[in-house]
Amino acid sequence: MKLLDSTDSGNSSSIERTQYPYVTGTSVIGIKYKDGILMAADMGASYGSTLRYKSVERVKPVGKHSLIGASGEISDFQEILRSLDELILYDNMWDDGNSLGPKEVHNYLTRMMYNRRNKFDPLWNSLVLGGVKNGQKYLGMVSMIGVHFEDNHVATGFGNHLARPILRDEWHENLTFEDGVKLLEKCMRVLLYRDRSAVNKLQIAKITEEGVTVSQPYALKTFWNFNAFQNPTAGAEGSW
Amino acid sequence: MTKQHQNWSPYDNNGGTCVAIAGADYCVVAADTRAVGCISPFTGAVRQKLGMLRVISHLGMFGGELSRADKSLMASSGFQADVRALQKVLAARHLIYQHQHNKQMSCPAMAQLLSNTLYYKRFFPYYAFNVLGGLDTEGKGCVFTYDAVGSYERVGYSSQGSGATLITPFLDNQLKSPSPLLLPAKDAVTPLSESEAIDLVKTCFASATERDIYTGDKLEIVVINADGIRREYMELRKD
Amino acid sequence: MAKVEVDAPPKGGFSFDLCRRNDMLSKKGVKPPSYLKTGTTIVGLIFQDGVILGADTRATEGPIVADKNCEKIHYMAPNIYCCGAGTAADTEAVTDTISSQLKLHRYHTGRESRVVTALTLLKSHLFRYQGHVSAALVLGGVDVTGPHLHTIYPHGSTDTLPFATMGSGSLAAMAVFESKYHEGLSKDEGVKLVCEAICSGIFNDLGSGSNVDICVITKGQKEYLRNHLSPNPRTYVSSKGYTFTKKTEVLLTKITPLKKLVDVIEGGDAMEE
Repeated sequence: MKLLDSTDSGNSSSIERTQYPYVTGTSVIGIKYKDGILMAADMGASYGSTLRYKSVERVKPVGKHSLIGASGEISDFQEILRSLDELILYDNMWDDGNSLGPKEVHNYLTRMMYNRRNKFDPLWNSLVLGGVKNGQKYLGMVSMIGVHFEDNHVATGFGNHLARPILRDEWHENLTFEDGVKLLEKCMRVLLYRDRSAVNKLQIAKITEEGVTVSQPYALKTFWNFNAFQNPTAGAEGSW
Repeated sequence: MTKQHQNWSPYDNNGGTCVAIAGADYCVVAADTRAVGCISPFTGAVRQKLGMLRVISHLGMFGGELSRADKSLMASSGFQADVRALQKVLAARHLIYQHQHNKQMSCPAMAQLLSNTLYYKRFFPYYAFNVLGGLDTEGKGCVFTYDAVGSYERVGYSSQGSGATLITPFLDNQLKSPSPLLLPAKDAVTPLSESEAIDLVKTCFASATERDIYTGDKLEIVVINADGIRREYMELRKD
Repeated sequence: MAKVEVDAPPKGGFSFDLCRRNDMLSKKGVKPPSYLKTGTTIVGLIFQDGVILGADTRATEGPIVADKNCEKIHYMAPNIYCCGAGTAADTEAVTDTISSQLKLHRYHTGRESRVVTALTLLKSHLFRYQGHVSAALVLGGVDVTGPHLHTIYPHGSTDTLPFATMGSGSLAAMAVFESKYHEGLSKDEGVKLVCEAICSGIFNDLGSGSNVDICVITKGQKEYLRNHLSPNPRTYVSSKGYTFTKKTEVLLTKITPLKKLVDVIEGGDAMEE
């Protein structure tokens, strides 16, 4: 671990900062659909290349109008959830009838991520933030160094390479809830096949004007019966 | 556990190209809307197209509509998070200026402010490559071009970002401005008419997109002249 | 005796003598020259009566597009083709070499080449060079034993698959295959799916771009569809066009007739043939 001089503590001692992640979650996918936002993430968390935890919830509600999904270091995500709780609580204590919407929360997260990278002490996550407020759907993401944007569909990690191509082809404005879930499941299945740290246990979360619903964990159907899979050498007899 | 060495860098290059051309009574500022990202530190080197981010910000209201009162336009490329931070700082400083002086900041003043803001972070720079365009106090077109730490110069035209290496030689050939060493000093503004300048900008981007993989998707062009300010878009190759 | 061994001519193949020097130079900060890479999307799939291969046509060198319409589907034998990703020189050299060996083998045996033969020759070659020949290949063909599709990695490992993707756009293309491929595709469905996979690479991966090349191989037949799709035309052409007038100025022209300065002997020694 690399040591860096601390600039904010009074003495001139060195402190250690996270320079690499320990327990990490893989991709999160989020899409807009007709009535709101849908988000999907599997429940695996890896310790290096070991699939260590298999029931980690990586999609959580934030306040009344937002949903956050995280890939990357799980402990950092939990720290983020804690500070978001604080944010929502303090906002609630004004008791002025206003509440933070997804746009505000996304902006807060962006500043938090960028601020930590400025201190060379990043939160090792890619975050997806979605929500609905006043009939406005909102979906955005932030990376660990503060790169951020809004889009109709977003994905983190491997999802950027495997899910976004599918979403760019098949996403449209008027997806129904059922079609949206089908699309997410299609992406999650591809990720399950092709991302080594994905597990077949996922949750899909929905947020609409009415509020948040996070599904029970469930598994996807898979297909392994292609002829070429049955006896791989049959196609290359005579080689080695 | 086998430690996979996952080093992180506080910087990323999200690509993008900007061009600005100044004429006698107008200024054209343009940038493509592609942002490229290695967004995730987990998957390594394959870069991909992330989606469209607006590169141009006009330094009036940050993120709002173009306003007739706007006097300067900034187009930036480089690291998106730094670019946005820089835009926010400038927008805030400009707002304070407006409260204190009850007017918009002139383009040359904004140019100096941008330089100072960049140099302020000399040893942890904003990884942002900017061109600033607008009309000066006499209503003449002006373009200012920068490096990441605030060195700047008033020129007649400029290009920054990933496609600059392709575009700059073409602009040099088409509208070589007089040497700044000439005496008596000659104007740096280009001899083109406004529509010719827009045509030139479109050609630059269409060509840069053919050969630079970080440039593409869509072109945003903003023109500022005595009549006001307007924006137009043009499609670019999406591969 | 020892000297004779030193002077013995090399037996052929690459020499690795300079690798240590190159390591030393790179440690001291000398950058090696960059090579032309086909930052690529290449794919292949098996359909009901054969194999379909597909490729994009962009070749890059760093961030610059070096060739907007290159060919990445290489000929191996009349019934076998091979898509190449990696260093352009390597993919071309390795496919040409093996193609020539296959031709000699056909002269020898008088039989159609088999896909396994090509596969084995390619993987042996690549394994021998331990990954230094950076060619990632998708090999497809139809022979007497039926249709075959293989991927070959630069180090020489191979896969036998119903559908395959390679290159920097492999994930984007694989996303299409994993969600849409099924066995027993018709030719039209197959070509459509391959086009879709290549387009996914073209539009989502920066290293891939321009047009779609397709090669359909069936029993005793092949169809090479060069530039089957061209989804990326130039978006703007200036109506007036541009001129580049400033040439290097000619200051002086002087011609020295050399014939006067030398004696020309007609019919000298004939050049060695």
